[in-house]
Amino acid sequence: MSLVNFEFDAKILSGQKGEPLAAALLKNGIKTFTESTYLSRPRGVMALGAEEPCALVQIDSGAGEPMFPATQVELVAGLAARGLAGIGDLPNVNDDARYDKANRHVEVLIIGAGLAGLRAAKSAIKKNQRVMLIDDAPTPGGFASQSNQVIDPELLAVLEAPNLVHLQRTTAVGLYDQGYVVAIERRTDHLAANYDPKIARIRTWHIRAKEIILATGAFQRYLVFPNNDRPGIMLSHAAATYVDKYQVNIFKNAVVVTVDDQGYLDALRLHKNGVKVHAIVDVRSKVSGNLVNEVKSLGIELFFNSTITNSGADQNGELSSVEISQVDLSGKNIDKTKEISCDLLAVSGGWTPTVHLATFIGIKPKWIKEKAAFVLQDLPKGISAVGTVAGDFGKVANPPAIFFGILPEDELAQVSFIDLQRDATVRDLKRATGAGLTSIEHIKRYTTIGTAHDQGKTSGTTTIGLLSQLINKEPQEIGTLTFRPPYIPVPFAALAGRDRGELSDPIRTTPIHQWHQEAGAPFEDVGQWKRPWYFPLADEDMDQAVARECLAARNQVAVMDASTLGKIDIQGPDAAEFLDRIYTNMFSTLKINHSRYGLMCGVDGMVFDDGVTTRLGENHFLMTTTTSGAAKVLDWLEEWLQTEWPELKVYCTSVTEHWSTVAIVGPKSRELMKKLSPDLDVSNDAFPFMTNQFAKVAEVPARIARISFSGELAYEINVEAIYGLHVWNAVIEHGKEFGITPYGTETMHVLRAEKGFVIVGQETDGTQTPQDLAMDWIVSKKKDFIGKRSFSRSDTAREGRHQLVGVLPTDKKALLPEGSYLVAKDSSQAVVGSNHLGHVTSFYYSAELDRTFGLAILENGKNRIGEKLMVPIFDEKVEVEITEPIFYDKENLRRDG
Amino acid sequence: MLSIDCPWCGARDETEFHYGSQAHVSYPENPDQLSDEAWAEYIFYRDNPKGWYQERWVHTAGCRRWFNLWRNTATHQFGPSYKPFTQAPERPQ
Repeated sequence: MSLVNFEFDAKILSGQKGEPLAAALLKNGIKTFTESTYLSRPRGVMALGAEEPCALVQIDSGAGEPMFPATQVELVAGLAARGLAGIGDLPNVNDDARYDKANRHVEVLIIGAGLAGLRAAKSAIKKNQRVMLIDDAPTPGGFASQSNQVIDPELLAVLEAPNLVHLQRTTAVGLYDQGYVVAIERRTDHLAANYDPKIARIRTWHIRAKEIILATGAFQRYLVFPNNDRPGIMLSHAAATYVDKYQVNIFKNAVVVTVDDQGYLDALRLHKNGVKVHAIVDVRSKVSGNLVNEVKSLGIELFFNSTITNSGADQNGELSSVEISQVDLSGKNIDKTKEISCDLLAVSGGWTPTVHLATFIGIKPKWIKEKAAFVLQDLPKGISAVGTVAGDFGKVANPPAIFFGILPEDELAQVSFIDLQRDATVRDLKRATGAGLTSIEHIKRYTTIGTAHDQGKTSGTTTIGLLSQLINKEPQEIGTLTFRPPYIPVPFAALAGRDRGELSDPIRTTPIHQWHQEAGAPFEDVGQWKRPWYFPLADEDMDQAVARECLAARNQVAVMDASTLGKIDIQGPDAAEFLDRIYTNMFSTLKINHSRYGLMCGVDGMVFDDGVTTRLGENHFLMTTTTSGAAKVLDWLEEWLQTEWPELKVYCTSVTEHWSTVAIVGPKSRELMKKLSPDLDVSNDAFPFMTNQFAKVAEVPARIARISFSGELAYEINVEAIYGLHVWNAVIEHGKEFGITPYGTETMHVLRAEKGFVIVGQETDGTQTPQDLAMDWIVSKKKDFIGKRSFSRSDTAREGRHQLVGVLPTDKKALLPEGSYLVAKDSSQAVVGSNHLGHVTSFYYSAELDRTFGLAILENGKNRIGEKLMVPIFDEKVEVEITEPIFYDKENLRRDG
Repeated sequence: MLSIDCPWCGARDETEFHYGSQAHVSYPENPDQLSDEAWAEYIFYRDNPKGWYQERWVHTAGCRRWFNLWRNTATHQFGPSYKPFTQAPERPQ
């Protein structure tokens, strides 16, 4: 052991390295750590570990920690902490610490390395099972170690077994179905400040176990009486452990109040360490056995049928005296007998087994009257409990009393604390029952008992016990509080592990990405893809850049990276038949090396995805999907092939990443294409719209498609992904003489909207049929396909559905936010309930038209064309005209150049 | 995180799978001849039992294959999983 300096509330103190901060503070004479959350009453330490309701601190050193019980902080040199009145601040500096995750599959997972857990490990190891033993304390031994008992070295030797993974400082925070446990291992906070930063500060373990053995032990309860929260009042096992194990020597005069024999054991421990124990106050009427005789022989005064009924404080609010009264087990008939001066009240209110983990999967603990405890018994297969948590409290000479404290009236009720963290009192509980509440879940929410960081670890059973008195119900009928993971507060950083920043989600980039970056393009997230949004020149803002890019595509030539489009390679003798069933239009009639736009619907007839599919051979198609819909479409295709039509011989493969697509768009794209591929006949007769040619482009093999998403003459050059950047560079180089302009997704959106091309997921939300989108032309009458039957359902076939329309504001400069509501011209300003008729789905400024325009989904839209409607935007109303959803080149005169 | 037993790959984490609703709901042979009600039954209505239920799942991030399994909606227990077009195992007890 070595002495180290640390800081608490801006004071420099010293303590033993490795001891709990709570012990170090006590040894420095500090009994008051902080104030209570709501009533600002002085509070010290009550307990030993995670159950601590009061002694919260904020850690400012190292990675920092906004809220942690001082009982669980191990002292290291340079530690800086502050007392915390219940509400912490997130550190405002970046956390540079590393966090990671690990997975482990074991046959047996034992949670808790007290004596019961060690014994369970010993027997599992003998069976040659893969075993994992985790424990939240710095060292194994649990209660025995806290009690300074010597642990059988043979038992400790199991920790060295080769088939055992043993972790201390590791708290199981969640237990789920199928033997799945999440645990948090604290690996560096107990080391000196200069530890290797490569060591992860916290490791989150994901453990799957065939069998889980809960050896989680128990917490001691305190008792309820007026002023039971003063610094100097502690759980008896905690008080004895601080004094005996950690040599806290600030307490001189003690009183022990108890409902069981543990109080006597702790009185003896205190006495042996030089604390004068004046009295043991026992609510029971009679106890016998060696323990009692030993206590008597030491001259400790015994009060039976008695409890503490109030406490007094010195000028600092710290305990100075207790009031002892005779009571019956209902806490009534209080008959004051004596007042004793003391600086320590050790409270032994019985044991509360740590059942939390089991309750996470719906297990109901059992109330065992003789033990005055909720315990785990009759557990389902795969999970068992040993030791105290299972109700095995060892040999006890005298059974505990079922007693939780007294229920005083009036002002005294307001200082009789049940949940110390929440400052919830007897008065709150009585108000709850007075209001007619009897369910523990209602009472929890009404009083906030059990809702703090500690989830009522020490107060839960006390609440149930007092409630049982107030409403005359057995604890079993009331049941325990519902605990939820995590068992202790867990930093988000621990759960994130290394999946932070750019690793938080996979990023997909095209082979041309680097060029876009160097060109200074901002990126738009489309699914996991990064797509260039626009390519600003020197001082341009987005609007200027997009207007310039649009004009270039309409009047000269522009180029776009279309590599992100989903691509699914579909092969097999039944591929054509399959596509006929999937798409609303016919594909079996498509000629080889021809392409066709297709729409697919769900069985409900609603548009699901779209894209161009090319026939590369008799039995070979290449389907494109929307960028973000690719995975969903592949699942969909496989679902039909595998579950409905196994007789179809069709194979689908995702090839999105295999091909790079460079789209050159605009009236000069033919001349550019000629330059790029001099041997290719690019005349409209030899290479018409919606056909494909195979040729070399910039000396690499390419499939060139006459496909247009802008309405302009356009070519899509498809090459193997590794040639993507090479071909893009060639296009830029050869395009210089035509003023080639790269463009991004924003310009693509404007160009397609001018032509009224929908984007699935933007114009649609899963409630639009092809007919609603004015695409009746694509719905085949000759064949069955997925969704067809739904078009004749009464709701789908009716007039007046929400349909795609165009919107043109009367003010040509007015900009409407996408998502704006459309309302009748005479509608009141506020959009309330049902007065909205539809919404704007896309809205842009068109450089070509020199005005703003948009697309909308509008109730009875087809019949409203020509009507004027209003779009309310805050206090303004913008008048718009409803039009056909096409604004440019209605006759398709431009696509062939 | 549940562990799901893919009949091809074995037990894998739930996040590798996608749920595909009730199993054994076949696409009707002649949709044209169905009443609106019968068609609506097919597209919208599914059982919602408390207890054992036959479901369809796909191992999206694995073998990409669809399969069926028994799952208990009340206890989260999984029963046996089985390949499509094979005899369904008996309802677990």
